Amino acid sequence: MTMDAQSNAVVEPVPTATPPHPLVEFWFHFRQNTGAVIGLVVILLLVLVAVFAEVVAPHSPIAQYRDAILVPPVWHEGGSWTHILGTDDIGRDMLSRVIYGARLSLMIGLIVVTLSLAVGLALGMTAGFFGGVVDIAVMRLMDIVLSLPSLLLAIVVAAILGPGLFNAMLSVSVVVIPHYARLTRAAVLAEMSKDYVVASRVAGAGPLRLMLVDVLPNCMAPLIVQATLGFSTAILDAAALGFLGLGAQPPTPEWGTMLASSLQFLQRAPWVVTWPGVAILVTVLAFNLLGDGLRDALDPKLKR
Amino acid sequence: MPLLDIRNLSVEFTTRAGTFRAVDGIDLSVDEGEVVGIVGESGSGKSVTSLAVMGLIPAPGRVVADRMSFAGTDLRTLDRGARRKITGKDVAMVFQEPMSSLNPCFTVGFQIMETLKVHERLSGRALKRRAVELLEQVGIPAPESRLSSFPHQLSGGMNQRVMIAIAIACNPRLLIADEPTTALDVTIQKQILDLLVRLQKERGMALILITHDMGVVAETAHRVVVMYAGQKVEERRASDLFARPQHPYTGALLDALPERALGKSRLPTIPGVVPGIGDRPQGCLFNPRCRFAKADCRTLRPPLFPDPEGEARCYYPLGGDMWGAPE
Amino acid sequence: MLRFILTRASLVIPTFLGVTFLSFLLIRLVPGDPIEVRVGERGIPPERLAQLRHEMGLDQPLWKQFADYIGNVLSGDLGVSLVTQNPVLSEFFTLFPATLELGMAAMIFAALVGLPAGIVAAVKRGSWFDHGVMGLSLTGYSMPIFWWGLLLILFFSVQMGWTPVSGRLDLLYYVEARTGFMLVDTWLADEPGAFASALRHLILPAIVLGTIPLAVIARMTRSAMLEVLGEDYIRTGRAKGLSEGRVIGMHALRNALIPVVTVIGLQVGTLLGGAILTETIFSWPGVGKWLVESINRRDYPALQGGVLLVATTVMAVNLLVDLLYGILNPRIRHSR
Repeated sequence: MTMDAQSNAVVEPVPTATPPHPLVEFWFHFRQNTGAVIGLVVILLLVLVAVFAEVVAPHSPIAQYRDAILVPPVWHEGGSWTHILGTDDIGRDMLSRVIYGARLSLMIGLIVVTLSLAVGLALGMTAGFFGGVVDIAVMRLMDIVLSLPSLLLAIVVAAILGPGLFNAMLSVSVVVIPHYARLTRAAVLAEMSKDYVVASRVAGAGPLRLMLVDVLPNCMAPLIVQATLGFSTAILDAAALGFLGLGAQPPTPEWGTMLASSLQFLQRAPWVVTWPGVAILVTVLAFNLLGDGLRDALDPKLKR
Repeated sequence: MPLLDIRNLSVEFTTRAGTFRAVDGIDLSVDEGEVVGIVGESGSGKSVTSLAVMGLIPAPGRVVADRMSFAGTDLRTLDRGARRKITGKDVAMVFQEPMSSLNPCFTVGFQIMETLKVHERLSGRALKRRAVELLEQVGIPAPESRLSSFPHQLSGGMNQRVMIAIAIACNPRLLIADEPTTALDVTIQKQILDLLVRLQKERGMALILITHDMGVVAETAHRVVVMYAGQKVEERRASDLFARPQHPYTGALLDALPERALGKSRLPTIPGVVPGIGDRPQGCLFNPRCRFAKADCRTLRPPLFPDPEGEARCYYPLGGDMWGAPE
Repeated sequence: MLRFILTRASLVIPTFLGVTFLSFLLIRLVPGDPIEVRVGERGIPPERLAQLRHEMGLDQPLWKQFADYIGNVLSGDLGVSLVTQNPVLSEFFTLFPATLELGMAAMIFAALVGLPAGIVAAVKRGSWFDHGVMGLSLTGYSMPIFWWGLLLILFFSVQMGWTPVSGRLDLLYYVEARTGFMLVDTWLADEPGAFASALRHLILPAIVLGTIPLAVIARMTRSAMLEVLGEDYIRTGRAKGLSEGRVIGMHALRNALIPVVTVIGLQVGTLLGGAILTETIFSWPGVGKWLVESINRRDYPALQGGVLLVATTVMAVNLLVDLLYGILNPRIRHSR
């Protein structure tokens, strides 16, 4: 409305609409990214398959059918509908192994991401918050971990701890912690200089409250993106370790481990090699698409 | 024949939210050696108009005009190569942000000499000498050593001088300056404006000066065009504009000048904002913010009404029946 | 500028110390008796254990052991491989050229394909080419590279017979290892067909190893170019009447290359990690394969030394990249 007392005409007030709820707005942007939506759908399907593996899989993943060794997939000569994707060198059904492998991979991703996110977050917040010597010490430690190629470090830790799925998950987590720590620290430092933090401090909020209640919620966006992409790295790295014999051990149907023991059958039975790899590719691709989509939807700068 | 002759220029951008007309049916003509000021708020379309003249409207935008000619050449039908020959040579432009308008990876000297190399085919010592001359002409001290400076080593004012040097390097007949002083300190603003005016007089260049600052226009322009929401709402000689503005928008802009607020307790402002994509009003685009809006202003879009001193897009101009019956 | 170099270089020192400490700890963290781990034997009689303990300095306080270790490392003594009885350092240097050759070939491949792809994708934003490049690079780094290698072997070696399955050179050639770089050595040697053989052996592993860097480079180049193309000075370039080729190829590229070069440099770390897998699949006799074998054979001294050397290499490359960035970015190069 006009503030001029001499006005003799009505000035139309500009209608203001209420801004949409942030989640609605987020979904609107996210939805426009076809790839991200596909990724989300695939992941949901994978979760369903993983949770209901017992129901979905036609066979047990470790059952050996002695009379069905290296059977090709159903569309090849010699294949059968009993083993749609064929069998491996000791007669185990490929389809069932891949399905149970999904459960394993998703679990690996979940555990690795949770672990590394929790530790990385704690480290990053501590470094960003307390600054000074604490900051330098933590960041130096992160730099050291980062100075090693991630696979190499994972291999070293696995070498120390010994082979096994759980140890593999630990080593993959350790390797990835610095990424979360750095991200958190950067976000914390950016938020610390903002007025609302200063106001909260002045009002007497203690460090723990400041960290968890005030600052953390505002750093979530990049962390969520990194965590989603972290699933991809976790699955790939765990598979690499499995392939090298340092991760899940046979007969565990982890996709990487399945590829290790299939090396020798490359010429004779290529399907033993194809399916676990395709499974890894599809899963990792889905998480990457989802992560990219989240990043685009959550980053206000990119909104056009 | 005017140097720059534009009739019914429109620039449209098609986005997901709809088609947006940044410039709506503008007529503009500039004679040799004339200084034309284009004033308006952000969103008025003044910059887009100049970009259209330069051929710098990026892909999704569409430029249409009944006539758009420079020195007799029809700009609309020129192919890319021919257009590039004129751009930077006969028509040149200076932009608003000097700090970001120069390439940070190349020296200032390189960027000036590039224009001379491409358009005038100079090389070697002659090239360097011309570059130094240009830097001198725009008032940069110690020009020889400045040639090897990088933009980030110079201040905003110096960078703007370099931009001007680049623009006048090939003796353009028309120079377009888009808010050349807005991003600079107040003390530097006057220096840059004086420089532009001096260069204009010395070289007889036509100058289009785009600004939102009426004060700037008062000192430099022969003629003034006032734009609002993509349309031209008023045009007349500078002296006439300041003495007898006709369009209420122009009047409000002038009222908002601090110099005119002496004795008042409040500095008058124009309530509301320039309409964007979704909220173009019916009728006169300015009517929601106009003190004098009447019923027909809200329903029918007014055309430009000529008067003895110029033209104004208003059914009820400020001067009323000053020159006889309206319409 | 000198100050910049010195500061960056000095930052590496604490990291180097940290990595050395990590490798120092490596052997001590392995479960089992440390002597047995080191010597590679089991069931050593107690008197010999005590003697070995003293010889190896394990009865000294930890900090002294670490100081000795650093001293040894700096003078080039990284222990002796349990398997070959050769000094770890010389084992590393014998095998390193193979990994280096593979890494360089992979990087050249990644840059030669990735840079133009990213540039064109950015210039033609939203086109089929752009979507294609983005889709392919996304797939590229979503793939497990050991599987990708297997697939390529399956197709090109097994089915088509174009490339060999393993090794660096056909066995019927004997070539003197003058530089350790097979391409160079075969070029210098007198054997016809050796060079072609070396090339054929190198192609597939290089492509496999270079796939992820290729994807990353293509993406990074595209986003760097997109950001640069939106800058004001690009508009100025066009306003000067410069040709589009000059605007993109010179003005835009020069700026976009700065972050891209950094990314390329940082890919070296990824390459070394990927080399481990690639060398295993292709039986490429390099450092990566050696490290994996060391683990499987419990050759801990070799693993310890190898890890330290690889980490040092990565650190050195990162430092070089940092310095290169400083040179390329005029803001840093010419700061007062």
